[in-house]
Amino acid sequence: MPELISISNFSKHYGTIRAVDNLSLAINAGELFGLIGPDGAGKTTCMRTLCTLLTLEAGEMRLAGYDVCRDVRQIRSILGYMPQRFSLYPDLSVAENLRFFADLFGVPAAEREQRLPQLYHFSKLAPFKHRLARQLSGGMKQKLALSCTLIHRPQILVLDEPTTGVDPVSRREFWEILQQLREQGVTILVSTPYMDEALLCDRVAFMHRGRLLALDEPARINRHFPDALYEVVTAAPHLLVPYFKAAPDCRSVQIFGDRLHVSFAAPLAAGRMAEIIAAAPHPITHMLPIAPGMEDTFMILMKNDAS
Amino acid sequence: MPPEPAYTVETHALTKHFGKFVAVKNLDLQVRAGEIFGFLGANGAGKTTAIRMLCGLLLPTSGSGRVAGFDLFKENEKIKQRIGYMSQRFSLYEDLTPAENIEFFGGIYGLPRTTLRQQRARLLRELELERQAGMLTRALPLGFKQRLALSCALLHDPPIVFLDEPTGGVDPEARRNFWDLISHMAQQGKTIFVTTHYMDEAEYCNRVSIMYQGEIIALGSPQALKQHHQKASMQEVFIHLVDK
Repeated sequence: MPELISISNFSKHYGTIRAVDNLSLAINAGELFGLIGPDGAGKTTCMRTLCTLLTLEAGEMRLAGYDVCRDVRQIRSILGYMPQRFSLYPDLSVAENLRFFADLFGVPAAEREQRLPQLYHFSKLAPFKHRLARQLSGGMKQKLALSCTLIHRPQILVLDEPTTGVDPVSRREFWEILQQLREQGVTILVSTPYMDEALLCDRVAFMHRGRLLALDEPARINRHFPDALYEVVTAAPHLLVPYFKAAPDCRSVQIFGDRLHVSFAAPLAAGRMAEIIAAAPHPITHMLPIAPGMEDTFMILMKNDAS
Repeated sequence: MPPEPAYTVETHALTKHFGKFVAVKNLDLQVRAGEIFGFLGANGAGKTTAIRMLCGLLLPTSGSGRVAGFDLFKENEKIKQRIGYMSQRFSLYEDLTPAENIEFFGGIYGLPRTTLRQQRARLLRELELERQAGMLTRALPLGFKQRLALSCALLHDPPIVFLDEPTGGVDPEARRNFWDLISHMAQQGKTIFVTTHYMDEAEYCNRVSIMYQGEIIALGSPQALKQHHQKASMQEVFIHLVDK
């Protein structure tokens, strides 16, 4: 696949704070690419610079061959950007918002009329055409914001945490739309705090403190997990946290819903595991080695990077 | 006879109409001290309306209920003094410093001056905000803001805490740290009433309810709900129940 977005040696400072530190990244045409990392990792800075909204100070960024410093107009015509807080006009209706954004991007009326049914179709917003944006539910607002971003048929979509604060069913609908767009050949760069969404991307990049810690396909991201991981099922997960933390070779303990994920520097011998289970201050229902998931890997990479 | 269980939040057929629209219909809830209760539902299901009634901010249309022992209809002013409320979006004044926010909320809750001064020093230390004490709250990282907002909501040591999407947009590590705080508070006997869209967090609750179009359509421990619906996770249970 040809490279559509390339970022080379990108750095950005805000005063004395280094937001992005020598980042290099390439995204292929047609790819659904996920960007994850904690607050302050530099994700938004990276996205806003790609969208020509922040000045590139150091490094190089190109989209479809266009340079973010020189070719601002061309880039804006092929790109759709949905910021974290999208500025829908709350006192305009759904239809009026779409019309407004079409005019803003200079979409000819004939083309707009052709485009609207498609956008209404996938967003399922047609029955709400005349409802004010302020009266839409969180999930519907996000779908309207996405529709406004798509009105000029951008080749590249940049979405900054589009599903934050959206319920699981609406989130799934939103991602079904993203997958449809991807099938139509749109290249998508999306950031998300939800690991189940990151799993739906073709590739995922982990950012922390302005740097790239890992980049891989979701199914292969756990190659970056350095330890041996165990799942512990117990009626009282939080009460067992101190117990595991006290073990000398224990590297990390995380509560995962109703169970614990505990990592050790090396795989445990069967005898050792039996000892751990027998000596636990609260009963352990079972303890088994498991393959680390995206969130396990994310947490450990962050922790190791911080120390 | 066994003693009556000490419910800190208790409602019977609690209902709220806005004109013809029924936002909350026949809400029946009993939540105990020390319990973490997850109040789940789709956007627009009626969660916020229900929470506003439980906090004494909105008068119910019908039904009955008591929060912290006070009646939702007649004693809502007393309820406000006995609860803590935090929502990630609205709790803090961004153009005040962390120290000023603490003073402001302490003032609202009527804390004596010396108590407030001690609390302020303790919180800034515990939250590791001493260096940022003079900075505007707006400039703090989200994880810090969130813990500061929680601390402000707890200044008057309320027995019941309402948390409305406290972790929206926060990264996995900050979310975990926040849930450590929540578990700690529950162990001290506080009632935690929390809404979230993160279904892994639903698993941390002792019990959860799922609301759909103003009504509770499921209620129980995460284990029981998963077992009953034969799903591996709360995420799957939620989608199964809400996406019909």
